[in-house]
Amino acid sequence: MYAEIGHFALILALFVAVVQGVVPLAAGPMGNRRWMNIAGPASIAQFILIAAAFAALTHAFVTSDFSVLNVAKNSHTDKPLLYKVSGVWGNHEGSMLLWVLILATFGCAVQVFGRNLPSGLKNRTLAVQSLITVGFLMFILFTSNPFERLLDVPANGQSLNPLLQDPGLAFHPPFLYLGYVGFSIAYSFAIAALIEGRVDASWARWVRPWTLAAWIFLTVGIALGSWWAYYELGWGGWWFWDPVENASFMPWLAGTALLHSAIVVEKRDALKSWTIFLAIIAFGLSLLGTFLVRSGVLTSVHAFATDPERGVFILILLIIAIGGSFALYAVRGPSLVGGGLFKPVSREGALLFNNWILTTATGVVLLGTLYPLFIDVIDAGKVSVGAPFYNRVFIPIMTPLVILMALGPLMSWKRGDAKGILSRMYLVYGATLAAVILTFILKGEEGWGGYFGMGLATWLAVGTLWDVAERIKLGKTSFGQSLKRLARQPRATWGMTIAHLGLAITIAGMTGAGNWKVEKIQVMNFGDQIEVAGFTYTFEGVRDIRGPNYDALEGTFTVHKDGKLVTTLLAEKREYDTGGMPTTEAAIYPMFLGDLYAVVGDKSGDGYVTRLYWNPLIAWLWGGCGLLTLGGLVSLSDRRHRVGAPKRSALANKAIAEGAKA
Amino acid sequence: MNSRIFFLIPLIGFVVLVIYFAIGLTKDPSKLDTDVLLNQPMGEFKLVPVKGREEGLSAEDVKGKVSLVNFFGSWCVACLQEHPFLLKLKRENAIPVYGVDWDEKNPNDVVRWLARHGDPYTKIGVDDTGETIIDWGITGAPETFVVDKQGVIRYKFIGPISPQAWNGTLLPLIEELRKQ
Repeated sequence: MYAEIGHFALILALFVAVVQGVVPLAAGPMGNRRWMNIAGPASIAQFILIAAAFAALTHAFVTSDFSVLNVAKNSHTDKPLLYKVSGVWGNHEGSMLLWVLILATFGCAVQVFGRNLPSGLKNRTLAVQSLITVGFLMFILFTSNPFERLLDVPANGQSLNPLLQDPGLAFHPPFLYLGYVGFSIAYSFAIAALIEGRVDASWARWVRPWTLAAWIFLTVGIALGSWWAYYELGWGGWWFWDPVENASFMPWLAGTALLHSAIVVEKRDALKSWTIFLAIIAFGLSLLGTFLVRSGVLTSVHAFATDPERGVFILILLIIAIGGSFALYAVRGPSLVGGGLFKPVSREGALLFNNWILTTATGVVLLGTLYPLFIDVIDAGKVSVGAPFYNRVFIPIMTPLVILMALGPLMSWKRGDAKGILSRMYLVYGATLAAVILTFILKGEEGWGGYFGMGLATWLAVGTLWDVAERIKLGKTSFGQSLKRLARQPRATWGMTIAHLGLAITIAGMTGAGNWKVEKIQVMNFGDQIEVAGFTYTFEGVRDIRGPNYDALEGTFTVHKDGKLVTTLLAEKREYDTGGMPTTEAAIYPMFLGDLYAVVGDKSGDGYVTRLYWNPLIAWLWGGCGLLTLGGLVSLSDRRHRVGAPKRSALANKAIAEGAKA
Repeated sequence: MNSRIFFLIPLIGFVVLVIYFAIGLTKDPSKLDTDVLLNQPMGEFKLVPVKGREEGLSAEDVKGKVSLVNFFGSWCVACLQEHPFLLKLKRENAIPVYGVDWDEKNPNDVVRWLARHGDPYTKIGVDDTGETIIDWGITGAPETFVVDKQGVIRYKFIGPISPQAWNGTLLPLIEELRKQ
């Protein structure tokens, strides 16, 4: 019954979406305001209908209604409630439903929070957004219907892949989709602006908070996925350059570029057509990622059940959405002439350089991801592109960006004084040199990567703090004056500072985890001791434990340092009742300087195979991602971006814009 | 006029990409059409043992029983993905699986790999010269061949063996071959 209601709601939503997509765009040239305004209420109706469909599917999962094929294939009565709910999006059909739910939510949010938008732009944006929904609703209804019924109702379901039964992964997809799909708003705004032929500072100001919100979600989503890989896959890795990971990383890179170029449009009325282009590719890459993951053109460790028929459908969607918008861009783009001129050495110049690097990096990841496909298509064999390629190409590309990040924020608009800045930042040089030397003393001759990474991280961290000191004229005026200036810094500046510091800490974490990891793999008998990076692990024993829907072997390790007990680690190896591969639950004890990490494996002779790690600075990686997110949130809370703010008078707007420039 | 062409670049790039995707969709990345060896007796080979072990692998070892010959390497991520399933086959005594290790940078790598993840193979030979790889037409790893009792290659499977591929394709074929 509920499943049918859900199915019916979804069909209705398709009709509403068609109306919302077609009517305002058709009425636009006729100048019919009333027809155009239909977009607003339609977006709310669309959201309610899709939410109802999603609720119906969730109901089927929670009540274990195995007459629904999707539930029978992906759920089980023994699963804890959390994983019954997360099972809704732990499969292809349900995840697509989540995808359109988020599309509709964003559309509805534009209607609700966008009261101060010009009605033409708002209606066109909602219409474009709705056309995307039409495509995906058709995709769901024709190729991936989650409400399909089964005639023979099985006694129990086949359960969710045990690897996915994990809190980190329960929330990873929703965040990732909020990010991916969030870029659809920037895309819809860009297409609406192309249709209207007008991009100006206010357009950039309206787009930026949506882009920022999507970027925050995507950052959290990627970090959660990486964290999950770290503790669930059980060998201490956190990023694998797998096609699916790349599919989420490319929109992140393009979105980061978009965030920065939108500032230039807002403040300086330049880089307009470039910003539109970035808005198109940020969402385009999200769509591309979906295509790659679900069509089966590439093999990946976490590909969904793939199906060429679905691939054809998504490819057609891709052609319409991206091909169409690039065609529109080719026609309308040249007329978007920017007003603000600037010298290469200036804030604009620095941001443009940032954009080039981020776009090049995106291109590199795209090339690496698609290379196996290209080679396959021209029948030159099968290859896979792995970490060595990315490490060799990606790091050199990103390094100049990180170096510039310490300088860019201090450059003036239009024309910057690079010499002046460089001559004053001796503190930053000193700190960087000190970090390199300190790393050398502490780590000895363990390779260049470590000195380089720590130097780079310190450069960025101290450089960012030094930016703040310059802004508040620390030491150049009285301390009280400096404090006053500090308090007056806009939240957007704070957001930038926090996010840039976050990246510095992330780089330090990556450097530590990538260069100084210690790994010991051996067979241990009870009572055996192994020393890993100065910590003594003692294998105390194993016992069998019973979880809600699995049996597990639990290995106990005590860890001592200098004779003192640091912690007791309990590592599990689980075998789920419904079969499938056993999963490892690594035992992790996080500390400021690194994680103690233990995995227990198969029985071998009298003992067990154990893997013990020292993962240095890994907490910095997660902390850095946290700061990136926090920086985004602080910037989002800046009053210029506050989406719900009541309409201000033109005068007030102008005053604020002037204030921001000063 | 030049700037107009500039704005066309994204569209042109995208069209090229779509053509690749369209062709890519017609191909299954885990399937190859190099069936040259199919239904041919495997050639003679004699491979050296894994460092620290006594026995290598030769064509004679494989004959006599329906078996799998699995080409792998410690460098190969997909092999690791397939690995638990091979271990399961060994535990269940389902079929002899012979391993051919190739393209190692360092002969110790495979020793470590086996110690770390377990050894699912009945016997392992190391193709240190690369000759066997060429003879068998290997283009990547993992690749798995089904060889019948007479030593004739009956099937080539590209990519990691999944439980589905095992139950749906390989096992029926193996049972068929066992009857012969």
